[in-house]
Amino acid sequence: MIPVLFFVSLIIFVLINVIPGDPARVLLGEEATPEALATLRHVLGTDRPLPVQYARWIGGMVEGNFGKSFKDNTPVLPTLLQKIPVTAELTVLALCIAWLIAIPAGIVAAWRQRTLTDYGASAAALIGLSVPNFWLGIMAIYLFAVHLHWLPASGWVPLTEDASRNLRAMVMPACVLGLVLAAVVMRQLRSSMIEVLSADFVRTAKAKGLGGRVVLIRHTLRNAVIPVITVMGIQMGTLLGGAVITETIFAVPGLGQLAVNSIYNRDSPMLEGVVMFSALSILLVNLLVDIVYSLIDPRIKLSEELS
Amino acid sequence: MSLAIRGAVGGGDAARVSHRGLGYLLRRYAQNRLAAIGLVVFVAIVLTAVFAPWLAPYSPIKTDFAAYLRPPGGAHVLGTDELGRDVLSRLIYGTRASLEAGVISVGLAIAVGLPLGLAAGYYRGFIGDVLMRFTDAMLAFPPLILALAVAAVLGPGLAKAMIAIAVVLTPVFMRITRAQVLQQRAREYIEAVRALGAWDRRIIWRHLLPNSMAPIVVQGSLNIAGAIITEATLSFLGLGTQPPTPSWGSMLNGAQQYLTQAPWLALWPGAAIALTVFAVNVAGDGLREIWDPGRADFSGAPRDAASPLSQVPLRRYHLSERAAASAGAVPEARGWCLRGSTASG
Repeated sequence: MIPVLFFVSLIIFVLINVIPGDPARVLLGEEATPEALATLRHVLGTDRPLPVQYARWIGGMVEGNFGKSFKDNTPVLPTLLQKIPVTAELTVLALCIAWLIAIPAGIVAAWRQRTLTDYGASAAALIGLSVPNFWLGIMAIYLFAVHLHWLPASGWVPLTEDASRNLRAMVMPACVLGLVLAAVVMRQLRSSMIEVLSADFVRTAKAKGLGGRVVLIRHTLRNAVIPVITVMGIQMGTLLGGAVITETIFAVPGLGQLAVNSIYNRDSPMLEGVVMFSALSILLVNLLVDIVYSLIDPRIKLSEELS
Repeated sequence: MSLAIRGAVGGGDAARVSHRGLGYLLRRYAQNRLAAIGLVVFVAIVLTAVFAPWLAPYSPIKTDFAAYLRPPGGAHVLGTDELGRDVLSRLIYGTRASLEAGVISVGLAIAVGLPLGLAAGYYRGFIGDVLMRFTDAMLAFPPLILALAVAAVLGPGLAKAMIAIAVVLTPVFMRITRAQVLQQRAREYIEAVRALGAWDRRIIWRHLLPNSMAPIVVQGSLNIAGAIITEATLSFLGLGTQPPTPSWGSMLNGAQQYLTQAPWLALWPGAAIALTVFAVNVAGDGLREIWDPGRADFSGAPRDAASPLSQVPLRRYHLSERAAASAGAVPEARGWCLRGSTASG
């Protein structure tokens, strides 16, 4: 994981710093005097050689100093730490919604394979995969906020301040974010359930007279769930990317909105911080997925190289 | 396509199969009704993009303030937007940005990722390791956030958005190609070719590449769908196609502000994206089913293990060694590979 992190940081740094564009000029505008530019470059540290800048950036991060925002000169880390719980709440809610929909739907679709139920669920999943989530968000706002007045289109408040208002503001973003994931998980669960259902040990279990539900849950689901967890690990990135969209549309002040705003403000240190953090969280989720594997299936010790 | 068909030729009846090649593939493809519908819809969308000037009733960029925010019906079938532009015409021209983004960014990603993946798979050791750690790192980013960051660095514009999407997709193709090469290079036919004295370059381009191509094509077709959504997303956030050029994503961006007065503005572009992505998804699923029957997934078409194509050593980009075994012992493509190298060697 450490070498990957090193490459991650290098990619972010190269991406944001080596490509032309002078943050001092962006901050001061076109009419800035050369002296003012030089002073600001010195203050920002952008007049040093790139390797020095990189070393300072990495060194700072190790000490917990992610640099200061170009926009208002506040430190990056406290802002990040303030936004992380918001996005965490959103993604956890979205995950719960995705599971609530996908697990029953996937099991039923596999169990009743090639029936109307299966085709309906599979078609719904395919449509779910094809609908862009920002459109889903806009349509949800129109239907539930503008038309029916059931839910607020925005107006997020911190969970600690007013939990019910917070949840009401989170319902739509979490559903929009969760639905796409539900489609992915449902499809994966369905196809791995079907594969396991045709395995010999399932036939044996049925032959020795176990009830349908026991076979389905204890024998089949347990064996079918590994690829689903893999997909969940992979989808973590999609989830964070989706958070960018949903937070922007529903005005939820999380990491995604911070990313978009720092792009609009050309605030590189902030953007670096957000991107670095999101990559870090994905690596951690994948580590977690590896651990969960070995808990579910004791046969798995190492992740296969080829996959 | 022709490469795949050549690869598909088993030991003996080479001439016959390659003779009926494309038609056979198409017929088999058409058996999957959903995939066939997807392909037809996709072709229709491509034709719409090509013939946009003839299909669109109005100019997509000409403003007409007298016809501001007209609801659907009358002279403007799908209504007009906040600048009085005809929504249908903008929708028709918008197919261009979406299709260009989908096809070109995936093409670019394959053009870069494929050679790097071949290199990383064939020349293991230091270079391969570095390349793979690099893709690990690239894949550790949330795709959309990486695309946003790249697009932000490059600046707004459709071409730059396409580059941003290609950057995100490149490591995906590197991984798949490398996994394929690792699998193929251990096969006997590669050993045989090498024993015949073929050079690395020839082994890589004439043998490893054609035999690794199918999963890359399948993955590419499915990634076109993702690339179309990503372009729309970038345009929606103001980083993709720039006004006044119509694109579905930026149309939705504009529509958001007029949601209470003119909800139809938000309806059509999103439906267009969904339809296009749906068509690409099912068409890609159909391709996968032909080449990768072990993972056949969606659609009602039965698994057809007896089909000659399912026994081709062209499938499995997933980890389904078991599916390989169940599809019957895979007859190697030794025949044509050796023939190929002796014929010209």
